[in-house]
Amino acid sequence: MQSTLFRRVTAALTLLLVSGVSVASDWAERSNVNLRPGVTNISQDVFDLHMIILWIVSLIGLLVFGLIMYSAVAHRRSKRPQAADFHENVFLEVFWTVVPFIILIGMAVPATRVLIDMDDSSEAELTVKVTGYRWNWSYEYLAYKDDNDVGIFYFSNLKTPAEQYNTPVLKGGLFPYGTAADRVDAEPTEKDANYMLAVDKPLVIPAGVKVRFLVTADDVIHSFYVPDFAIKKDAIPGFVNEAWALVPEDATGTYYGQCAELCGKNHAFMPIEVTVLAENEFDSWLAEEKEKAASGPDLTPFSSLESAMELGQQKYAASCVLCHGAEGQGGIGLPFAGSALMTDSSRVQENIDVLLKGRNAMPSFAAQLTPREIAAVITYQRNAFGNNTGDLVQPADVAK
Amino acid sequence: MSEQGLEQRNQRTVRKLVLGAVAMFGFAFAMVPIYDVLCDITGLNGKTNSTAADGAVEVDEDRLVTVQFVTVASEGMPWDFKPQVRSVKVHPGEITQVNFMVKNSADSTIVGQAIPSVTPGLAAPHLLKTQCFCFNHQTLAAGGEAEMPMIFYLDPALPKHINTITLSYTMFDVTGRVMENEDKLVAR
Amino acid sequence: MTAVAAHTDHHDDHHHAPHGLKRWLFSTNHKDIGTLYLWFSFAMFMIGGLMALVIRAELMYPGLQVVDPEFFNQMTTVHGLVMVFGAVMPATVGLANWMIPLMIGAPDMALPRMNNWSFWILPFAFTILISAVLMSAFGEGNPSAPNFGWTFYAPLSTKYGPASTDLFILSVHMMGISSIMGAINVIVTVLNMRAPGMTMMKMPLFVWTWLITAFLLVAVMPVLAGAVTMMLTDRHFGTSFFSAAGGGDPVLFQHIFWFFGHPEVYIMILPSFGIVSAIIPTFARKQLFGYASMVYATASIALLSFVVWAHHMFTVGMPLAGTLFFMYMTMLISVPTGVKVFNWVATMWRGSITFELPMKWALAFVVLFTCGGLSGLMLAMTPVDFQYHDTYFVVAHFHYVLVSGAIFSVFAAAYYWLPKWSGVMPNTFLGELHFWNSLLSVNLLFFPMHFVGLAGMPRRYADYALQFADYNYWVSIGAVRCGASQILFVIVCVLCAMKKGQKAPAAPWEGAEGLEWTVPSPAPFHTFDTPPVVK
Repeated sequence: MQSTLFRRVTAALTLLLVSGVSVASDWAERSNVNLRPGVTNISQDVFDLHMIILWIVSLIGLLVFGLIMYSAVAHRRSKRPQAADFHENVFLEVFWTVVPFIILIGMAVPATRVLIDMDDSSEAELTVKVTGYRWNWSYEYLAYKDDNDVGIFYFSNLKTPAEQYNTPVLKGGLFPYGTAADRVDAEPTEKDANYMLAVDKPLVIPAGVKVRFLVTADDVIHSFYVPDFAIKKDAIPGFVNEAWALVPEDATGTYYGQCAELCGKNHAFMPIEVTVLAENEFDSWLAEEKEKAASGPDLTPFSSLESAMELGQQKYAASCVLCHGAEGQGGIGLPFAGSALMTDSSRVQENIDVLLKGRNAMPSFAAQLTPREIAAVITYQRNAFGNNTGDLVQPADVAK
Repeated sequence: MSEQGLEQRNQRTVRKLVLGAVAMFGFAFAMVPIYDVLCDITGLNGKTNSTAADGAVEVDEDRLVTVQFVTVASEGMPWDFKPQVRSVKVHPGEITQVNFMVKNSADSTIVGQAIPSVTPGLAAPHLLKTQCFCFNHQTLAAGGEAEMPMIFYLDPALPKHINTITLSYTMFDVTGRVMENEDKLVAR
Repeated sequence: MTAVAAHTDHHDDHHHAPHGLKRWLFSTNHKDIGTLYLWFSFAMFMIGGLMALVIRAELMYPGLQVVDPEFFNQMTTVHGLVMVFGAVMPATVGLANWMIPLMIGAPDMALPRMNNWSFWILPFAFTILISAVLMSAFGEGNPSAPNFGWTFYAPLSTKYGPASTDLFILSVHMMGISSIMGAINVIVTVLNMRAPGMTMMKMPLFVWTWLITAFLLVAVMPVLAGAVTMMLTDRHFGTSFFSAAGGGDPVLFQHIFWFFGHPEVYIMILPSFGIVSAIIPTFARKQLFGYASMVYATASIALLSFVVWAHHMFTVGMPLAGTLFFMYMTMLISVPTGVKVFNWVATMWRGSITFELPMKWALAFVVLFTCGGLSGLMLAMTPVDFQYHDTYFVVAHFHYVLVSGAIFSVFAAAYYWLPKWSGVMPNTFLGELHFWNSLLSVNLLFFPMHFVGLAGMPRRYADYALQFADYNYWVSIGAVRCGASQILFVIVCVLCAMKKGQKAPAAPWEGAEGLEWTVPSPAPFHTFDTPPVVK
């Protein structure tokens, strides 16, 4: 009995160990198992450091587990009825204190070097202020090369539509809030490839230019995390932190990140999307954005209720749905479906004021949405969810 | 060892331990000022001086440092808060004034408190303000506007490798706090 | 967890044992209180486990299927609090209550009435905390339970905390008082109540590790109490310790919290070191290798734990010099931890080893705890920590040290001392089933978390990108199996409590040494009324 059991132990442990090792070697290049090597020099350095230390700890692990297994096999009772009688050895004790210490010094040296490199944010050519909110990010372009007042500012919201993530299997019941209970029997929606990662307006940066991010937050602590740049910096209300990235010229493309510090209900719903453009493309993007910012808000009136509703639905999904629910059923925010404010046509102005100035827990959306978008959202709120008031709010009503 | 002796020894040990626990409870609170001192020394968190500094130092004409200004009106505060210039280039020791523009777009009086933060943190103890709107809180009536001055200089002892400093001000709405309790507020 | 001896009367001793409800409510007997602690912690372990299953059910597939993200956050928060303060800590306190007097030849704990009090605070503390969850799940309007993570960072827990944060604060205060009283009791007992001849350096290592743990508790639980007191005054009395608007600093909260939090990690694991150091020599039939170095290693781990706290907050933006200091100190802690592991290996070396249940759990502990320790070493490397921080890699790391570390060692202790507590041997068949199921499922549960963490999945996410989906599925399968395996342990414990099983002799493990094996099994209600003499 004893020895069969013991065989089972060793077999199981061997299996465990072998599987662990093959994970470390075969799949090392696959980013969904190992750390992402990323695209910047720093992230490559970090990846190399990660691989070095992964190998060191794997070898230490192999050694320790090997010794345990050998001892479990060779020194089991059926082999050695009488135990040896040693229980002290000063040389050994010193040996296994000093050797790990030396290994540690070997590890600390490259780690320190990379850390010092990461800390040096000087001589950045583009400065972007990144602000975390509950639950989206905003980007403000402060300085680019000689232009120290770029003046571009926008919010970036999750693009994944609510029907892709609201896939409840339970209707209320034991679990509170009944996660969009009305969707229990709805057909599941195909999820996009960049589900929970894509945003409506990504952060845009140029390749081959050192970009400095000034990271801060509006309300609670968030964390700006872009693994491909090896950046994770906490966004702390009232304080500014620094991070930087220099994406090589050949690494243009889209990179994703997420909020990495618990910030409340929709912590998982505020991803970061970074578009890296070639420097000349970035310059023209910047010029275009500047022009848009300079020309003032777009006050073109809506030609029909339908066109306002269409834009309103998009903006509602991006900015309102997390608190007020996809069906206007409420949640953190008040419910809209059938609410007095949204069904009484004489209270349109009050509705506009709430969006522009905020009320109680509801923040002001004056900075997040353009007057035209606010008009569209209000039109949508007053006509969707069975509110069918027929009110059409025009951009000029909001901008006045 | 008699029962009596054991009892006494136990009591002595308990007393010491309770004292230790109480002292550690106090230590948690002592960490607040200790942390502030550490911040002042190391620039942890980029805190700057909260009262006016003395402004007489020699100007180092050979160095030019860029100081950027960043403003945040926090938590959807309806204040339009902007620096007049986005950045200035200064010699260490040179006394510079920068004005910040603020407009209250709400329908009511709001009291604001600006909280400074400097990055890189190492530069924080070397950015010294002789006058700042952040030393007190600011009250603006509905629709009111103000131009708020901030006068600072850089300590020439600023570490050599630092050539860009970012000074951020986050404006917090402290109306409720101030109305409730005028004098409890620690203005910074 | 079991000490089931409990439900039976011990007429074999000459003193009068009280009966019924009063016996438990008013108990001042270290064995009864130890039993209460162990059952309580087991109940909390199951409740915290249920919460973990809600989390895993939500995370099994991408999308929101089962609970709202708001309730999900409450689950992660209360799961953490219940497991740390309700399961692991009371379990080791229960073991200390049962075993320390027996191991050092004392008739009881030094302060028996305080002992009663320190236990009976706990059920009330956790009723308060869990009532918040019940109100959130079933109450009118679903008022939110604490939802800011077990680390309750300000300002999420202060300005933005739900009303139930005040219940949480009260509950944490009560847990803290309970722990401090328990720790004081252990220290006084160990320092003053040892049998003649039981010098400090003759004490079993479990007593040593618990003594050091108790000092850590006295040192840091008051700091936690201070932190929640500051939260309370920030929330209701107009102070601004953690609010930037009033001149405070949210990062200060993290410094205070982790000044408590890191020693807390060692509070949870040091007693496990003691347990394993008792079991391995027994089943290797060989004296513990390097006793003195084990004591010094434990003490140095405890001391170092006070200067590494900021490694939990490398991403808050500390100055380079500070970051480097905390990185070096954290790496240094692996030296004494390594010494312990090597000492256990050397204890096994050329022994005469058998693999009874306690030994199986202890070996699983050594191997899996080492896995967790090694990933901890990876986390210590600051530049790479920027990638690992707050991802599932960290979740994998601390579950390896806490579940397959601390909790496995408590299982080892239970199987080792159950004969002493109950007088019957635990059922071997069920025990084997429990062990193998737990061992396999715990790895299925936590090992893939390393992968999703490295791939970039942040922790405390109610929903996630599709690239993380496959591993999350397997993790959830592992979680269900791991949870179900624990039902076997309930049966093992209940069987022992009902005295169903092979009767245990006074010394059921032939290689075991120590005073606890000199008293009959089950241990009589009163032991060592006349102190034994240790040579």
